[in-house]
Amino acid sequence: MNIFDIIGPIMVGPSSSHTAGALHIGFIARLVLKQMPSRAVIKFHGSFAQTYKGHGSDKAVVGGLLGYKPDDARIRTSLEDAVVEGMSYTFHTVDIPGAHPNTIVIEAETAEGLNTSVVGASIGGGNVIIRSLNGIEIEYTGNLDTMVVEQRDVPGVINSITGLLAAEGINIANMRVFQSKKEVGKAVTIIETETDLNREIALAAQDLDNIITSIYLPKIS
Amino acid sequence: MSIDFSSISQLVEAAERENIAISDVVLRQSARDLKSAEKEVSERMLENLRVMKASIEEGLAPDICSLSGLTGNDAYVFKKYVESGKSLSGKLLGEALYSSIAVMSTNACMGKIVAAPTAGSSGVIPGCFAAIMNNLGVGDDRLVRGLLNASGVGMVIARNATIAGAVGGCQAECGSASAMTASALVEIMGGTPQMCGHAVALALKSLMGLVCDPVAGLVEEPCVIRNTAAASVAIVCADMALAGIKSIIPADEVIVAMGEVGKALPHSLRETAEGGIAATPTARKIESKLFGSA
Repeated sequence: MNIFDIIGPIMVGPSSSHTAGALHIGFIARLVLKQMPSRAVIKFHGSFAQTYKGHGSDKAVVGGLLGYKPDDARIRTSLEDAVVEGMSYTFHTVDIPGAHPNTIVIEAETAEGLNTSVVGASIGGGNVIIRSLNGIEIEYTGNLDTMVVEQRDVPGVINSITGLLAAEGINIANMRVFQSKKEVGKAVTIIETETDLNREIALAAQDLDNIITSIYLPKIS
Repeated sequence: MSIDFSSISQLVEAAERENIAISDVVLRQSARDLKSAEKEVSERMLENLRVMKASIEEGLAPDICSLSGLTGNDAYVFKKYVESGKSLSGKLLGEALYSSIAVMSTNACMGKIVAAPTAGSSGVIPGCFAAIMNNLGVGDDRLVRGLLNASGVGMVIARNATIAGAVGGCQAECGSASAMTASALVEIMGGTPQMCGHAVALALKSLMGLVCDPVAGLVEEPCVIRNTAAASVAIVCADMALAGIKSIIPADEVIVAMGEVGKALPHSLRETAEGGIAATPTARKIESKLFGSA
């Protein structure tokens, strides 16, 4: 915490959890696609399902998909801006048992047919946790450069991933490995680093044996 | 001499020891913590001040209206009244009041604001600063000093209690904003570091126990009016401290007490829209009209 967390941030209102947090979840979906989607299905759960219109969370998510930052005054007109930019969107409410009260699900695709699904929670002060990405259970906050690897649950895979990072001189800050609850034989590795990861390294990891997917998520805040 | 924002008395003593202002202490330490030059820290604070001023301008528009329709042109109406010369509050306090409403209106209308310390309490500092800027000719340099002082006080409150309504109620948001502002006003008006400490204690005591009960969960009713009230408390308590009135209970003990009161508040009065004003029949009607169910 520093003095600019007390006087600041500069942000578009009305609420850091309902505006900035919602925007960040949209922004992350755009990051995964590497571009603006042409179509997005946005689902609000819990408290968001009740109040998303009054808080402008709908405009905030679409603003994030358009690449706006939390202090961008254009958030107010994002629904119209999206139409002009060629992005269609629909809003729905959804009930996800056990999910955080401020959860948003985004299913988005680009004109070239790339698609993603993101489930994220806005946990206060504009901070978010992404709980699921493309169906993989993860935990990503955007506070550090992150690599998410989905792999076959066999010996030696983690060694090859960390070996790749070591060869690139990248120091790992946090690393978690867990077996998929949904699919037997699959595991997920989440690596956070202080030094800069990049998309090339994630792509290189994709080519290692027994890797199913490897996704790079940059630091956003 | 390094400080860690662990107490108000630490800020006061550090300032007294070197015969400097609390804002100097905060600036020096923050430059070190942020690994920036002091000039850069001040410039970043000046950018916050600029956004604060713009957020007042935007909220004074005669035709402003929030998404929910609950917040409208009260700031404009109040400004006209103060300018008529008939107000009980007079020109300086009157301007602080309508300017704080203006910022909260801008916030409710998805305009750009500076969280100070939060979005829900973002009207207090800008409102009071606009009042002394336009009525006493206080310039940007001194206002930036004021923001540095206020941010130091806010750091101490965040460390020893909380600044989140969901944790400690409105006293943690508007109460903290009021205490931060009171301290800043004392420094800007030439008061001593000791007086700043008393201003913090006086303001926080005045608003202790204030609950967070937003109608329909929106940052509008009663948040707008609470910012106005907190701005008036800040000016009154700054004046008391400048006059030499001392808080019998020291600021650091008041801050801890505020945090304890926050913990003792029931869940329904901590930003859940389940109690207080949010649970009144009219609030429930508004909620059901806006969101279809209550």
